[in-house]
Amino acid sequence: MKILIKNGRLVDPASGRDAPGDVAIAAGRVVALGTVSPEFHPSRTIDASGLVVAPGLVDLAARLREPGHEHEGMLESEMAAAVAGGVTSLVCPPDTDPPLDEPGLVEMLKFRARNLNQAHLYPLGTLTRGLAGEVLTEMAELVEAGCVGFSQADVPIADTQVLQRALQYASTFGYTVWLRPQDAHLGKGVAASGALATRLGLSGVPVVAETIALHTIFELMRVTGARVHLCRLSSAAGIELVRRAKAEGLPVTCDVSVNQLHLTDMDIGYFNAAMRLTPPLRQQRDRDAIRAALADGTVDALVSDHTPVDEDAKNLPFAEAEPGSTGLELLLSLALKWGEESGLSLSKALATVTCEPVRVLGDALGSLSSSAGRLVEGGVADLCLFDPAARWTVVPQAFRSQGKHSPFAGFELPGLVRATLVAGNIAFESK
Amino acid sequence: MLQQRNPQLNSNGELIHLLSIEGLPSAVIHQILDTAGTFLSVNDREVKKVPLLRGKSVFNLFFENSTRTRTTFEIAAKRLSADVVNLDIARSSAAKGESLLDTIANLSAMHADMFVVRHSESGAPYLIAKHCAPHVHVVNAGDGRHAHPTQGLLDMYTIRHYKQDFTNLTVAVVGDIVHSRVARSDIHALTTLGVPEIRAVGPKTLVPGDLKEMGVRVCHDMAEGIRGADVIIMLRLQNERMSGAMLPSAGEFFKNYGLTPEKLALAKPDCIVMHPGPINRGVEIDSAVADGRQSVILPQVTFGIAVRMAVMSTIAGNNA
Repeated sequence: MKILIKNGRLVDPASGRDAPGDVAIAAGRVVALGTVSPEFHPSRTIDASGLVVAPGLVDLAARLREPGHEHEGMLESEMAAAVAGGVTSLVCPPDTDPPLDEPGLVEMLKFRARNLNQAHLYPLGTLTRGLAGEVLTEMAELVEAGCVGFSQADVPIADTQVLQRALQYASTFGYTVWLRPQDAHLGKGVAASGALATRLGLSGVPVVAETIALHTIFELMRVTGARVHLCRLSSAAGIELVRRAKAEGLPVTCDVSVNQLHLTDMDIGYFNAAMRLTPPLRQQRDRDAIRAALADGTVDALVSDHTPVDEDAKNLPFAEAEPGSTGLELLLSLALKWGEESGLSLSKALATVTCEPVRVLGDALGSLSSSAGRLVEGGVADLCLFDPAARWTVVPQAFRSQGKHSPFAGFELPGLVRATLVAGNIAFESK
Repeated sequence: MLQQRNPQLNSNGELIHLLSIEGLPSAVIHQILDTAGTFLSVNDREVKKVPLLRGKSVFNLFFENSTRTRTTFEIAAKRLSADVVNLDIARSSAAKGESLLDTIANLSAMHADMFVVRHSESGAPYLIAKHCAPHVHVVNAGDGRHAHPTQGLLDMYTIRHYKQDFTNLTVAVVGDIVHSRVARSDIHALTTLGVPEIRAVGPKTLVPGDLKEMGVRVCHDMAEGIRGADVIIMLRLQNERMSGAMLPSAGEFFKNYGLTPEKLALAKPDCIVMHPGPINRGVEIDSAVADGRQSVILPQVTFGIAVRMAVMSTIAGNNA
């Protein structure tokens, strides 16, 4: 199908382009950007007056809940949520049930996603079998099946020797290891250590749970040469360690979630289980450091950390409630909100959810790596059209995702997605 | 951040549930203590009943076992002429896999007017208060490490009874503060009532530095902690603190922080000694102190009935 997008504001963070123009799409690719020849005869024309035409968003952490947690989310519902949020590529952590530790599971997931024909799906394989932290997975087989990296999700490896070997082995083949820095023993609490956890009588996760893990990871990177992507930093002290590791030249990248970017432990209020998140929300100065680090590039990417949780698992006393929140439909707006509040350009805010996460993925994207997260002639037509002036109120019950819990319920957010194109197909369009 | 209203107050600022002492105005606390004073005499009458809750059903929901607290609530409710139903949920529905909110929905269908809730998780009574029918009142009878507000109030009643004025007192709370809901409720009540010096005393594993943020002075040395005190509140030491690497042994704890007559001599001569019970003789408190002249541990129990009557009658009189 040939599509012409007219009169939009084309914003491409990778090239710095921010100018009015048109986009011509044919056979799933962008064939012209800016000025489109009158010879181009589209079968569908989209009027993008007042809208930003940006690359489709790339989310490095979205749980789709398949296989094993279908009561909390299914590919159909979560992929629909992704494209409704302007997300055209997403990376899913391997903590499904069973975990993604076998090529067959990964192939099935990729096959199901392809048939839905919505966002592109990039699974992470588990670093160890069953996430048990004991035996390495067949990494080469998993990469062949479509994995873009290896991760322990939220299950830290307690045995440092296993972690060292996992990093050695992965680095032999140039695979990136995705780790959430958290000490297996110190990280068992349900809220960040601090005044609020003390007051509410909630067990705390101290900052050292993150910094000790970071020190261990960096030391092991130095001796193994492994490339590591750090997931969901939560503390100012952790951010500072990453800054120093990058200055030293270690091959490390990192992300933070929308939750840590906007919220603090004070938002837990009166035991609001929507704020039961992993990692836990920390204090104001941690949030300030995270916001600054995303702006100065110490943090590479912003992720939704989308984790649909059902009613039964959330309607429990705070500590017993399942951690997680629904985020795919909020990623764009929360990136824009941060950008506005930080006085950054629209392009800079969009970079954290488009070209920057693609840089984190690097070669693992294969043929898409040259055009995902950017607007390029000849590139795959993954686009997000949104109204930057619109303000909307978050009503979790209206989410397309099966998960109806959000810490942002009731927030008024900027930026409303009007249409999402994946490989030249209109995957989402609002009336 | 979106502001939430304190869920235990209605839009007029009246108490409809008692979930925590934190955030209660001092006037509300004093009013409950005054009301408790009027109920004390009821306990001395031959017919120990007033009709304030006649026709009302009070459900004691104990998701965690506690004979003592449940009994005091039962007596208090009966002296207010309520019908009382005791449910030992730790051994019934929860064991059969029924969820907390399903249990609440079922009991609400039996036309409960008040739930008295004890739960092992911090915040559980907030969840119940949020999901029960608007006419139902919730009293927190202890949730996890978070709060035990009726114990806090009866402790305040006891202190007011013996010391009258809060604004010139030094109060030491000694023992396992980090895991104690009683300590948290006491600290909130004492700060609200204007006590100028509150000391939290114990080893760093049980009294971490974070506690400063609650407005207390953290003391790791027992002598420093109780010197010159007007009130000493000893906390019960749970056995599981030894298995969790918090302490080496009960004996070593007693040696450092157990309240003996010698240590008590460091406090003011008229210092009172309190304990929420049940006491561990020879672990946190020496028998000579527990049974001694300065101990007010048994009067605390008596006041506890009157305070719980005051709490139940107060919240039952206010509408959501």
